[in-house]
Amino acid sequence: MKSLEELRAIREKMQKQLNLREKNEDSIRVVVGMATCGIAAGAKPVLEAFLDEVEKRNLSNVVVSQTGCIGVCQLEPIAEVYVPGEEKTTYVRLTADKVPRIVTEHLVNHRIVTEFTIGAAK
Amino acid sequence: MKELSLNILDVSQNSISAGATALDITVTSSGDGILTITVADNGCGMSPEFLARCTDPFTTTRSTRKVGLGLPLLRLAAEQAGGNLDINSQLGKGTVVTARFREDHIDCPPLGDLAGTISILIQGAPDTLEIVYTHRTPAGMFRLDTRELRKILGRDIPLSSPEVSAWIRDYLAEGEQITMMSTPKTDEKD
Repeated sequence: MKSLEELRAIREKMQKQLNLREKNEDSIRVVVGMATCGIAAGAKPVLEAFLDEVEKRNLSNVVVSQTGCIGVCQLEPIAEVYVPGEEKTTYVRLTADKVPRIVTEHLVNHRIVTEFTIGAAK
Repeated sequence: MKELSLNILDVSQNSISAGATALDITVTSSGDGILTITVADNGCGMSPEFLARCTDPFTTTRSTRKVGLGLPLLRLAAEQAGGNLDINSQLGKGTVVTARFREDHIDCPPLGDLAGTISILIQGAPDTLEIVYTHRTPAGMFRLDTRELRKILGRDIPLSSPEVSAWIRDYLAEGEQITMMSTPKTDEKD
């Protein structure tokens, strides 16, 4: 069973790492659209998949966050990837299955998965 | 929306957009066949004029497009399941959305992944927002209050950090089990 004691242990562990992570301005940001259109199209499993992959790979330089309607409802679920110094990449019509590939190829190896981007969507 | 948990996620996102600092989500299955979902916030609230129109799909606060489907979809789901939707709101004070469903109605959607929904809400919530989640059933009750978690973690460790987020997800999933046990019990987890 999960206990609050376990949460205290996480705090101890994280406080030791805090200085290493602090003010990491080189963080990659992944922003998932979580308005009605996104949620209805399946954004929740997509967001969960990003969180799982980032945690599994211990990617301390990646921040996964949420936003409202990105504005292209028909292409939801949508995630935007912001790599410092580069143009924003918009991935559309995502599914949880597509996420590990985006994490591996784009977030880790810095190669955009062109076929999932808004530019490739018809 | 295939699951009521997704409606909860959607309505709660409205509370976050409304600048709420307190969000109270309660799911109650009272044992008399009525399932009640309440999402209450202290956000910016709605004017009486906007409140009167807010379940009209062509009403939205957004300027980018002219439809707002969150509340209309929730109202539709409740009414199709023999229930109703009540919204009370006061400008500057906040909003309380209450949806009721007949649990035995053939069109009552499943609750779905409540643990996943609440953990996602907590993960994405601004640091200024405190969330209280309560799930009551005849089998038991589970409650999570982000203020208690922050008290343990301190202000320098965010609830959105991957390690904490994973703990919250598992904690919620285990807590949800309490509400599903067949033997009536009133334990409150931790």
